Amino acid sequence: MARFIFRRMLSSIPVLIGILIVTFALIHALPGDPCIAVLGERATEEICEAYMKHNGLDKPLPVQFGIYMTNILQGDLGDSLRFRRPVVEILIERLPVTIELGLAALMFAIFVGIPLGIISAYRHKSKFDLGTMIIANIGVSMPVFWLGLMLSYLFGVLLMDTPLTLPPSGRLTPGTYPEPFYLVWGWVIEGEKPAGILVFISRLNILNCILTFNGGVLVDAIRHLILPAITVGTIPLAIIARMTRSSLLEVLGEDYVRTARAKGVREFVVVIKHAGKNSLLPVVTVIGLNFGLIISGAVLTETIFGLTGVGRTLVESITSRDYTLVQGFTVIIAMGFVLINMIVDILYGILDPRIRLS
Amino acid sequence: MLALSPLQSEDQIQLQDNRSSNLWVQATKNILRYPSAVIGLIIITVLLLIAVAAPLIATHDPILSMIGVPGETGRLPGKVPCLPLFGCEDAIHLMGLDLNGRDLFSRVIYGTRSSLFVGFVSISLAIAAGTILGVTAGYVGGKVDNIIMRIMDVVLAFPALLLAISIVTILGPGLLNALIGISITFIPQYARLSRASVLSIKEREFIVAQHALGARPMRIVFNHVLPNSITPIIVQGTLGIGTAILDAAALSFLGLGAQPPMPEWGQILSESRNYLFTSPHLVFFPGIAIMITVLGFNLFGDGMRDALDPRLNRN
Repeated sequence: MARFIFRRMLSSIPVLIGILIVTFALIHALPGDPCIAVLGERATEEICEAYMKHNGLDKPLPVQFGIYMTNILQGDLGDSLRFRRPVVEILIERLPVTIELGLAALMFAIFVGIPLGIISAYRHKSKFDLGTMIIANIGVSMPVFWLGLMLSYLFGVLLMDTPLTLPPSGRLTPGTYPEPFYLVWGWVIEGEKPAGILVFISRLNILNCILTFNGGVLVDAIRHLILPAITVGTIPLAIIARMTRSSLLEVLGEDYVRTARAKGVREFVVVIKHAGKNSLLPVVTVIGLNFGLIISGAVLTETIFGLTGVGRTLVESITSRDYTLVQGFTVIIAMGFVLINMIVDILYGILDPRIRLS
Repeated sequence: MLALSPLQSEDQIQLQDNRSSNLWVQATKNILRYPSAVIGLIIITVLLLIAVAAPLIATHDPILSMIGVPGETGRLPGKVPCLPLFGCEDAIHLMGLDLNGRDLFSRVIYGTRSSLFVGFVSISLAIAAGTILGVTAGYVGGKVDNIIMRIMDVVLAFPALLLAISIVTILGPGLLNALIGISITFIPQYARLSRASVLSIKEREFIVAQHALGARPMRIVFNHVLPNSITPIIVQGTLGIGTAILDAAALSFLGLGAQPPMPEWGQILSESRNYLFTSPHLVFFPGIAIMITVLGFNLFGDGMRDALDPRLNRN
């Protein structure tokens, strides 16, 4: 097992290097002079030269790439041109928003999608099956941003004065302030600069509220998270439901399932225990593959629901030409993607011994 | 006696032709047995007709503002749908007017063109590039294979929309650049597919026989390898068109794809999203249009996959 994990980790190194090359090339492929892009049209030649020298842009490309790689390995993604602050700092503040959204979306997709798929397979060719598959087909065909807009109109406007109403934007009701857990616990004194990891955890609103026993804000945070999570989670949900159904159907046709039935095992146990376990493999892969969809969905959903997460910041930085931030965020997202794929592969190996032995 | 008489060989050719046309007929029949494929095919056909006949179907000029046009009354920007059926006596606007007073129905109808265009062209480009790369990798093997496929791995390491956004950032916003960006994100899929088919076919007897007969690699690839690996690519391509249309709409929504005043669904949504609470119809209709289009391609692709997959047919 350890060998399998080690081999899998080794094989992602070339991809990681490739990602660094691509993001490095991204900045150098940008049209126009980087100096003009940063300092503006009025920058004189001397200023430009000084700027290039200061940032090491006058060195040969391979040297620049070496510096770039060393910096990244040391956790330095440069300073954002727009915010005039280290990119890492901005990432620490905003990544939790996206992680919270992504996890909530994934939970929604898994906990609704898998049962739907199981029931559809169990009642193959029933009305329930047909209905689920029609909805799943529509679900994968919907533009994420449109679904978000429609949901916020439905729950924010049409259901405004009913108990079902949900806030159509933001993370918390304006004026609510979740006190960071490190202040409540007295780990950091007010006014002192907390460590990055503490800020990161405290920005995960729901976790922070649980850590500080702040029930009121917790409910508020969850209520704000429902619509964005449904928006991001709908396409993964549809895919997971379809995959669970077809994979379970395939397994239910196997001989050992017939044997189990013939033995007189209860149908529920056959479906969940005998068939369920073996049909899980493709579902795990699909869940892993959905990470990309969730990131893409988050970019659009954060824009719609006014959440200051990684996706929205990235898009805004592109329009405001904040290239260091774009580069830094892209590297981190792509690396996260590779990491998740690796974890999925390893999980796959744990679930199916044939894979890790081959 | 090895040589065939002319008569015999003609007979054989005849036989072969019949057989191959039968296979196509068979495949079509198979596809048409799947209701989802039929529904998908109908949707796609109708959309193609709409795209071709857009000037005939559209009631107004998609870029012309109705402000100052005779016969138009009331507050025009963001006007709600107006139908005689509901006792509306003004000029007819099936889906209302957008914020610039342009007829939304006509804009949505014309939008079919750009969406189908982006879908078909970006996927065709991706298939062309992906197949060339995949076939080269699979056929040549060794180092070439390794390099090509590692590059594909890197491309796949980026979430598709994010990569498309980055590419459009470099190329500059616009529908054509969005098309290129989307197309690049799809290349690895087709490269992997075609490489896999080549690998599975490469060692088969009829290819070895071609080698023995002295056929050149290009000829083998184009006449024998590709035709045998085309089915999965077509199926994947059909499903890809739907995704490409969604991506294009997303890019336009973010302001990176089609630029105003071009009637494009994502662009219409992007223009009107800030007015969602006052004029929801502006957001509703283009979204429905995108959904139906993507649904059409997805249904057809799914049906085709079920119909053309011999493993499923056997069951």
